[in-house]
Amino acid sequence: MAAIVSLRNVVKRYTRGKHSVEVLHGLNLDIETGDFVALMGPSGSGKTTLLNLIGGLDTASGGEVSVAGERIDSLSGGQLAKWRARHVGFVFQFYNLLPQLSAERNVELPLLLTSLSAAQRKKNVQTALAIVGLSDRAKHKPTELSGGQAQRVAIARALVSDPTLLVCDEPTGDLDRATADEILGLLQSLNREQG
Amino acid sequence: MATLSHQIIAVTANNLRSVPQRWGISAVIVIGIAVTVAVLVSVLAMAAGFGKTLANTGRADRALVLRGGSQSELASTLSRDNALTIMDARGVRKGADGKSIASAEMVAIVSLKQKNTGTKANVTLRGVGPKAFELRPEIKITAGRMFRPAVRELIVGKSALAQFEGLELGGHLTFHQGEWNVVGIFETGGDSHESELMADAETVLSAYRRNLFQNVIVLLESPQSFDAFKDALTTNPTLSVDVKRETEYYAEQSKQLSKLLFFVAYIVGGIMAVGAVFGALNTMYSAVSSRSLEIATLRAIGFGALPVVVSVFVEAMLLALIGGVLGALAAWMFFNGNAVNTLGANFTQVVFQLTVTPALAVSGIVLACIIGLVGGLFPAIRAARLPIAAALRAA
Repeated sequence: MAAIVSLRNVVKRYTRGKHSVEVLHGLNLDIETGDFVALMGPSGSGKTTLLNLIGGLDTASGGEVSVAGERIDSLSGGQLAKWRARHVGFVFQFYNLLPQLSAERNVELPLLLTSLSAAQRKKNVQTALAIVGLSDRAKHKPTELSGGQAQRVAIARALVSDPTLLVCDEPTGDLDRATADEILGLLQSLNREQG
Repeated sequence: MATLSHQIIAVTANNLRSVPQRWGISAVIVIGIAVTVAVLVSVLAMAAGFGKTLANTGRADRALVLRGGSQSELASTLSRDNALTIMDARGVRKGADGKSIASAEMVAIVSLKQKNTGTKANVTLRGVGPKAFELRPEIKITAGRMFRPAVRELIVGKSALAQFEGLELGGHLTFHQGEWNVVGIFETGGDSHESELMADAETVLSAYRRNLFQNVIVLLESPQSFDAFKDALTTNPTLSVDVKRETEYYAEQSKQLSKLLFFVAYIVGGIMAVGAVFGALNTMYSAVSSRSLEIATLRAIGFGALPVVVSVFVEAMLLALIGGVLGALAAWMFFNGNAVNTLGANFTQVVFQLTVTPALAVSGIVLACIIGLVGGLFPAIRAARLPIAAALRAA
């Protein structure tokens, strides 16, 4: 199967004051379509840095980053934003839901970047919420949801625009063990059914 | 384009929804701008009110004659012979009795206590000729009666009555070793004469032991007769006089103070506006800082920098607009129509009303929008340049 994500000799350096810290040293990585990959390592080992490069949130200091056959390491900030809208769904540790918006409005956000009609957007939002089992919480604000429910809404938001890849940065880091297992189970089943 | 407008509407709407959660810091921009606008509009209202009062004084078909080189009535003197020559000159309208409609006047200063401060200030006592009220039909007696000649009686302008003690109808004033009775109250439709006391010219001259008038005011046959009247006086070798239309004279008198008030308004308003800009910058930087995670999340999802910039701008402009409207409203509620007095041309007090015109209110609101624009610019740029990965990590 073809690699959906391909990294060649990727280097990432951060400059802190007068010092330059190299986090990734010539990394090579291939992830195949349909893979469910977990990155594990100690704090500061560069997991989030790598996810940010794959997700187009940051740019590499050197090397090549390709996703679905497209080089993204040379894209400008504006081009990367458009690319992310088309190809990536993000799930964050602390959900990053907009507190003023209801669950369905949060899920709708990525669809505002498409040319879908309001009716089509609504339908897609309902489908995404149904997939994560939260159809009955559509009108609830994030503060009215439990941690697990909020993360399910975040997953629905990441899925709703049918992205090429889903990037989850510590998606269970803020949850208790039982809820964390539940969220991981959901992500695995989504990968099996839709990946 | 459709998606860009969707993005702008969504990000801006979300931003505005979050304003109530940041109301404390948002109030800084609103209050700062409201105070700035209120001060600017109030001082400009003072200038507008003073200008309006003096602009309302006088008519184009009335001319004022002063001794040559005199800047004001108080600095001028005209002999009786000169006054008669002026009143009989070409271009002066005649009354039904065939006599010139003109008034040789004496202007004196009376020191009276102000009601609001208790301190003394100068008031104009104008001694007027028998034709003065035919000359100035705008003078209406609203209470009491007209003064009589050869008796120490005077009538009091409505604005003077409101500002100074002891001018009530039936009251007595003692000045220049004599007691004067207030026998009437008059109004003139809001011009500067409403700040004056009026009495018979000969009686005032006699009381002050003088024999010289300060000016002659004439009613012209028409506004176009002014040039003929002026020529008749300035070519007469026995006279050395300045001839001005009444409107022109009062416009000149108001110019200096109006200029000063405009200067004060824009200097004070400008300094306050700079302070308000810093307040706005502080508010909007705080707003961007408190929303950095939201902004980073939206950018991560794929929203562009422009919608973020617009959302910060709209918030700054909206808060500035609220501040501007509140400031203009406060100036209008607390100051519009308030009577104040200031030193006029004769070193006497001119009473006038602060006038908050719609144009002044709009000027204040425009200033507020400029403050909002400048105050929103740099925070908007910062929001657009927010490093997404760093902002997400900071959470």
